[in-house]
Amino acid sequence: MGLLDLFRSRPKNTAKMAKERLLIIVAQERSAQSAPDYLPLLKRELLEVIRKYVNVDPDAVHVDVQREGDQEVLELSVTLPEGK
Amino acid sequence: MGEIIVVTSGKGGVGKTTTSASLACGFAKRGKKTVVVDFDIGLRNLDLIMGCERRVVYDFVNVINGDCTLKQALIKDKRFDNLCVLAASQTKDKDALTQEGVAKVIDELKAEFDIVLADSPAGIERGAYLAMYFADRAVVVVNPEVSSVRDSDRVLGIMASKSRRAEQGQGPIKEHLLLTRYSPERVEKGDMMSVADVEEILGVKVIGVVPESPDVLSASNSGVPVILDEQADAGLAYADAVARLLGEERPMRFTEPKKKGFFQRMFGG
Repeated sequence: MGLLDLFRSRPKNTAKMAKERLLIIVAQERSAQSAPDYLPLLKRELLEVIRKYVNVDPDAVHVDVQREGDQEVLELSVTLPEGK
Repeated sequence: MGEIIVVTSGKGGVGKTTTSASLACGFAKRGKKTVVVDFDIGLRNLDLIMGCERRVVYDFVNVINGDCTLKQALIKDKRFDNLCVLAASQTKDKDALTQEGVAKVIDELKAEFDIVLADSPAGIERGAYLAMYFADRAVVVVNPEVSSVRDSDRVLGIMASKSRRAEQGQGPIKEHLLLTRYSPERVEKGDMMSVADVEEILGVKVIGVVPESPDVLSASNSGVPVILDEQADAGLAYADAVARLLGEERPMRFTEPKKKGFFQRMFGG
């Protein structure tokens, strides 16, 4: 670092921030890529069925496919509205 | 039978065509019978970087459409008699490249040449997809910068999910990264991701590191691929990458900051 650099204030180690952000987004996008094509439709239809009985928010339904060894697990979680 | 190597990246402006031109000259210089094919239909540019823009008569789409023979469309390089260029068409027709048409041309080239380099366009549309689909190996050009790294991951995902090799049971496309516009000084300061960072994020090994250098612009200005400039660090870095692609072991150069003199250390710059 040169003498002149001492007078400049600059954000520190942005490369580390870049790496951390990329590790997260890349992992997320890879799992979305490998998910089956029917997932969005499945999610929409499940939501319609659930809404016949309970008024849930579209964001309250989470459908996820996870690979555990050579098995695929379809995980479904629905957050019900409070106090109803 | 020759080998098909795609030069791709997803993101534009990272140095695909510069890389394709330099690798092509590098392979030719090493005695490999080489052809470099511009897949960027509508936006022909490889001819300019190779310095043969005034000798383009027929192009890739002409060959596919049967307007000429493949031999008529191949432009012989003036510097190496074992190097040819196949220019991209400037048609606005997005559907000019058909999978069957490309397959036919690629297989004809593969029979004739040792190395077929496919210079992919940016993006993930048809030209880019077809350049990747037929490849045996891929050189993914990446800048140590967030959007380039992310796009590279998308491209790696596409290649892993669909390729002719995989469909014919020959295993996946072999992938390499080529880091361009690298600045060891900025890496040392913590302003730029390092070679190791990019390798870790993408899970693919780097086959070459090309330092940021004004020589690259001078090379494209003059139509002489930078690998032919033996005074240029960037040129030497490409020559190393060619050697590694041919299976040689070479230590990485230009990844450490240059030693500075006393005045430079005192006053920066």
